[in-house]
Amino acid sequence: MDKRTLLALACVPGLAAIPAITAASKNAGDDRLFLKPIPNSQRIEQALSRLTYGARPGDADAVRSTGLRKWIEQQLNPESIAENPVLLQKLQTLDTLTMSAGQMVRDYPTPQLVKQMVAGQVPFPADPDRRMMIEKLAARAERKQGQDQQGDPANPSLKGPAFQPLAELLSRDQIRSLRTGTPEQRVAAFQALPPDQQDDVLGAMPPGMRQGLFAIAPPELRRKIEMANGPAQVVARDLMEGKLLRAIYSNRQLSEILDDFWFNHFNIYLEKGADRYLVTGYERDVIRPHVLGKFRDLLEATAKSPAMLFYLDNWQSAGPNAPQPRGGAKKAARGLNENYGRELLELHTLGVDGGYTQKDVSEVARCFTGWTINQPQRGGSFTFNPRLHDTGQKVVLGVTIPAGGGMEDGEKVLDIVAHHPSTARFISRKLAQRFVADDPPAPLVDRMAQTFLKTGGDLRQVMRTMLESKEFWSEGAWRSKVKSPLEMVASAVRSVNGDVDFAFPLANQVAQLGEPLYRKVEPTGYSNSSEEWMNSAGLVARMNFALQLAGDKVPGVKVDTAQTARPDESAGIALGSPDFQKK
Amino acid sequence: MTSRRIFLRNSALAMVGAGAAPLWLKRALYAAEAPSPRQKILVAIFQRGAADGLNVIVPHGEKAYYDLRPTIAIPRPAGGGKREDSAIDLDGFFGLHPALAPLKPLFDRQHLAIVDAVGSPDPTRSHFDAQDYMESGTPGLKATHDGWMNRALPKAEGRISPVRAVSLGATLSRSLAGSNPAISLETIAGFQVRDTQAAKQFQDMYAQSKDPALRAAARETFAAVSMLQTIQNQPYSPAGGAEYPRGRFGDSLRQIAQLIKANVGVEMAFADIGGWDHHANEVGQRASEGQLANLLTQYGHALSAFWCDMGDRMADVAVVTMSEFGRTAHENGNRGTDHGHANCMFVMGGSVRGGRVYGKWPGLEREQLYEGRDLALTTDFRDVLGELVAAHLGNPTLKGVFPGYAPKFLGLVHHT
Repeated sequence: MDKRTLLALACVPGLAAIPAITAASKNAGDDRLFLKPIPNSQRIEQALSRLTYGARPGDADAVRSTGLRKWIEQQLNPESIAENPVLLQKLQTLDTLTMSAGQMVRDYPTPQLVKQMVAGQVPFPADPDRRMMIEKLAARAERKQGQDQQGDPANPSLKGPAFQPLAELLSRDQIRSLRTGTPEQRVAAFQALPPDQQDDVLGAMPPGMRQGLFAIAPPELRRKIEMANGPAQVVARDLMEGKLLRAIYSNRQLSEILDDFWFNHFNIYLEKGADRYLVTGYERDVIRPHVLGKFRDLLEATAKSPAMLFYLDNWQSAGPNAPQPRGGAKKAARGLNENYGRELLELHTLGVDGGYTQKDVSEVARCFTGWTINQPQRGGSFTFNPRLHDTGQKVVLGVTIPAGGGMEDGEKVLDIVAHHPSTARFISRKLAQRFVADDPPAPLVDRMAQTFLKTGGDLRQVMRTMLESKEFWSEGAWRSKVKSPLEMVASAVRSVNGDVDFAFPLANQVAQLGEPLYRKVEPTGYSNSSEEWMNSAGLVARMNFALQLAGDKVPGVKVDTAQTARPDESAGIALGSPDFQKK
Repeated sequence: MTSRRIFLRNSALAMVGAGAAPLWLKRALYAAEAPSPRQKILVAIFQRGAADGLNVIVPHGEKAYYDLRPTIAIPRPAGGGKREDSAIDLDGFFGLHPALAPLKPLFDRQHLAIVDAVGSPDPTRSHFDAQDYMESGTPGLKATHDGWMNRALPKAEGRISPVRAVSLGATLSRSLAGSNPAISLETIAGFQVRDTQAAKQFQDMYAQSKDPALRAAARETFAAVSMLQTIQNQPYSPAGGAEYPRGRFGDSLRQIAQLIKANVGVEMAFADIGGWDHHANEVGQRASEGQLANLLTQYGHALSAFWCDMGDRMADVAVVTMSEFGRTAHENGNRGTDHGHANCMFVMGGSVRGGRVYGKWPGLEREQLYEGRDLALTTDFRDVLGELVAAHLGNPTLKGVFPGYAPKFLGLVHHT
């Protein structure tokens, strides 16, 4: 930084000294700051802080040797970057991440489905070990129910193999060896048991003992224990662990951030019924492939995804002439559901001020009748059911959609909204808010929106316009944002080169900081603005996490404190400091 | 869609000097001030997702209600064995959802009032906008930076407790955000930096931060942490045999009760409960089953436990509930309801003139519905909140709390 720059910087109000300023004057100052470039020496840091989950030691040098411009171009073309083999290896045990929903439903069934399998209504998984495990789970559930109902542990109506008490399965010495000794010794004692006995022993262990073993178990054993705890939980855990591992280890960092951005834009709540099994495929096959593609493709992929159709209830929506379900008086007449139609306009495309009416909401909902799911509870797939479709004429945002249409009615709506100027502005502003500043300057948003419209919603081009803008590289953007909880946790682990063996405890930390992953109930998703995260509960949680991590006390993560020059105490202070909360 | 501003809090909080005074002294100061006159407290509860008010406060005297909801209406009050599956009559016209049975004694003892056909006059059916408007207290105005509860905090005289305004949860609610100090906490027990040495270092660092918003948030946080230190590790057992339901909402109310009873200077508290957006399968095979019934069970039990737990202290406390809008008067095609307009609010407390359903009933005949589909609005939510702020909290400056609106009082609160 030369003298002139220093002088100029000192003259910018609100930068050298921070007076007690009002919101309004702060804003005026901000606008000028977006015209003021950051020194060249800070550009790599700016790129790493906004386009990655935080710099690791050595990252800045690596970008320097590649060249900043080339590095950004690579990040915009993630398929050109070889993925980190460490990540791929760590993702391997999380086998649900590569499964179809149907396979997950069978291999990681809910308690209800386990019952149906036992009753012969649904086939068991093909894998004999897994089948055995599930039969044992069912027996254990039945046994427990028997106890609850009759206080009779030896319920004679029990079918199939049950878990025996631990004392019948193992000798005293064996039990003692599982409870005492170093973690390695305890794991070894367990693994020394005959493989066909291990599941029974896990089932018979008191919960505390099982959790104790879990904390020290290697990945395959951890899996076995998770299964014994309840197979349906595994799917959610894999998702959260996968998200953390990718954020921390992926070489395709921008792609990971965009995946988070767009999942959140098209948010789905993991725990709404069938969505438990549908979110994995939604993120992997619907969101991820399109984050740098055409917005229209991304939008259609979400509109046709069973996850979204289920979450926003469209799969049940029906036109006035739809055949009615048979059954007693309590069976509802089927009809229109506005949920998806409204959120499509408000949250996915035009934005709440984008110029639509209640009438448009209903008309859009009519267009999407018949967009439904085959067997949602079995992992389902998209299908168009013409019998549910409202074939009357509709008018959407002034465009007439003639009577007699079918699935194309919904596709026409997607065409109208995907290329609408309000959508271009709404999407551009939201991206700029995530990547540039909480209140992004209007001229930047306008230029991004123009690119959006000119290129038919090419998201890579919109990103390029933003990354080539002076605003992105300005003092207005520089360190102006507070990291989200996911960004804070991932960047802390990256900055100390933590070795993550088990990511679930990190996902719990993210939740404690205020952002439970895949668990935002509302379709709005989490805020992209700093303010959301700046409060006392979040601050205390951040400081505690920082100290825990630097002290090598977060389970599942190894931090080599010898690597850092300072004693671990000050690493914790650094990670919990105000500076580290910003990006 | 401008983002909200970050608040630069006034530094009246400097009293506690963020740890400058010894803890016993701080405690003594509040303890001395607490008893006379005892601080009035307002607890606000937000039901996020738009609760279906028509199935919560059931207009069982209205024929159109049953016509509009052939499969999800709550049956008329019945005697005998079917009681758990029908509305609990309140006044011959309105009834409580059967899952709210624990609240009936409060109504009978006139500690619980209902306001019906109430809500925000803004026509939006967007969850986000409607919540934002209700929490800012300025329907239709997106530029409002702060929340109505923050503005409603009475002008501080002398010392201010760092925990006078508390939001339960991992983030600060919009209602409590603003220029007056307000904190968020998820659990009282977890609200501390576990290493005292490091805590001191953090405190100094944040005090010197160049970011004014972080600096202010940290100052408030450390003051509050130090305030709560002594009650942190004491086990809390609710009084009066109160049993809070499991789950986040029950936990929130239990901790609000604990804070109030610890006399640490709480004046405003906020908690929320989500999951009310029932577009499909709102009601199960029977009225006492299904998504709405399950949620109301949790909700009703938590409120009644809070009331039990607070005992005599309820004389100083008012609890008010709200939800962003109501739901369509007719059921939709999936045994659920879509986004609507007016709703109901509950007001509970020692100073409340309960045992009545307030508000003018607009009717549910087609021509009486708002935009031909929703319960019409006859009472502005600010009338309810305004009366509580003025008559319960004793803050007469409502102009600042609800700018551009003059609340009309319903007579919900006994004037002392």
